[in-house]
Amino acid sequence: MQIYLPIAEISLDVFLLLAMGGGIGFLSGLFGVGGGFLMTPLLIFIGVSPAVAVASEANQVVAASVSGVFVHMRRGNVDFKMGAVLLAGGIAGSSFGVWLYSLLRAIGQLDLVISLSYVAFLGIVGSLMLAESVRAVLRRRSPGAPRRKLHQHTWMHGLPLKIRFRKSKLYISALLPLGIGFSVGILSAIMGVGGGFIIVPAMIYVLGMPTITVVGTSLFQITFVTANVTFLQATNNQTVDVVLALILLAGGVIGAQFGGLFAGRLPGEYLRLLLGAFVLFVGGVIMYILVAPPDDIYSIGRVAGR
Amino acid sequence: MRRQGIMALALGAVLAVASPGPGARAQGLVADSSRHLVAITTGFVGTDVLLFGATEGRGDVVIVVRGPTRNEVTRRKGRHAGIWVNEAEVTFTNVPSYYWLAASKPVDKLLKPEALDRHGIGVEHLAFGTQARLGEKEIDAFRQGLLRNKVREGLFTIRPRDIAFLGDRLFRATIYFPANVPTGPYTVQVFLVRDGRVAGAQTVPLNIAKVGIGADVYNFAHDNSALYGIIAIVIALAAGLFAGVIFRKV
Repeated sequence: MQIYLPIAEISLDVFLLLAMGGGIGFLSGLFGVGGGFLMTPLLIFIGVSPAVAVASEANQVVAASVSGVFVHMRRGNVDFKMGAVLLAGGIAGSSFGVWLYSLLRAIGQLDLVISLSYVAFLGIVGSLMLAESVRAVLRRRSPGAPRRKLHQHTWMHGLPLKIRFRKSKLYISALLPLGIGFSVGILSAIMGVGGGFIIVPAMIYVLGMPTITVVGTSLFQITFVTANVTFLQATNNQTVDVVLALILLAGGVIGAQFGGLFAGRLPGEYLRLLLGAFVLFVGGVIMYILVAPPDDIYSIGRVAGR
Repeated sequence: MRRQGIMALALGAVLAVASPGPGARAQGLVADSSRHLVAITTGFVGTDVLLFGATEGRGDVVIVVRGPTRNEVTRRKGRHAGIWVNEAEVTFTNVPSYYWLAASKPVDKLLKPEALDRHGIGVEHLAFGTQARLGEKEIDAFRQGLLRNKVREGLFTIRPRDIAFLGDRLFRATIYFPANVPTGPYTVQVFLVRDGRVAGAQTVPLNIAKVGIGADVYNFAHDNSALYGIIAIVIALAAGLFAGVIFRKV
């Protein structure tokens, strides 16, 4: 059944969109990742313009992350002080990102930058996941390997503006979470992702936050940052397709439940190995599109405005 | 819609009589379309519009359908550091967003190139403007690139479609509008060609507009973009919370 998407201005099969939402939702339930970084490239593959894909996916991520925030709030796993500092950076970063996005769109380099960002991040994240899961698989086979020291002192601890984050048991410079929030905010605006795949490792390894508060706090920040991206994309570029976002969401919610059911039954290392391989594969496909000679070296785009 | 139809009929009749064709006596053409409004609804997957008419006496018929004109940026990719990057662009003005052509005979056999240029019959005879400071050859390559892209999108017809004649006088043609058809006022021009000249012409009005929920969403997103953004966020928050409640696992 075809449905005409009012902002994307194309007709797509509802069931295809639901299946995509469901498939990515299944993965996010299974692996505990947001899935925006997989959904946006898929939307582009099926013919949604990158501009609409990125903006609508940000809208979907708002919905996908908000229920998680409440779950973690009930369990007291959200560090609001840390969340607020991250968020301040995130709002600034995403606002800058949307501005950059409009600029790139005007000069005709938006698609290239989106693709390159995806190749870079999917490549890095996929490789790290693979490497980490391979190590975990090996460690599992040879128990008794030494554990890593959790907290090390580096140059980062010499930065000014130190703040005490009670919940996370940290006394660090506010510049660190501000900077992380800012960087992820830019990614959120340009790639249409929540940025969980960057912010979660950054919170664990750079800030040294305890894992228990990381997920809830990152979801807290992601909800507000993607809401900011949605608003700014809607006002600056009119590229948020609510209908598209809702269909993906409907599929995603159901998929995530099934993913969650399976998550407990499969060993985590092998799952991460699988996800890492999949992420690398998607990155590889985008890379191929960039490298392969295009069917036609000429392409057309609308001039801004109606 | 109905009133528009009646007006169109009236307008058609007036044009048929009063249109200043090159030949003083030669008018002899009347045409109309099955619809004057193509509504793009949520289920729109493309549609046909039937164009029909009659000529007075023998003659050939050429039909040109044009969508609203706009500026179109054409970009050329080049290989840099192994990847394909947009490296140059040319903005063409006065490009019809949709172009469809039908003729009862090959158009270059019916009319001289100057006449084809004047009436914009055939994509090669459309006058696009550009301010790009490039060589003629290069501009032409961009122009060809633009045409190829438009054909690929299904929005330009290069090879004229057939016009079916019933007897000598009655003709009909089916215009196809794909799902990605641009919206706005269209012009459907019907030319009667005799002895290598345009002997009569008539314009049939046609409007393509989004209607229903899709149109409301689109207009709202453009006219009240701030409110649209807020509503998009609120809907997402509500949907996310709703989903969370339904599937809550303790």
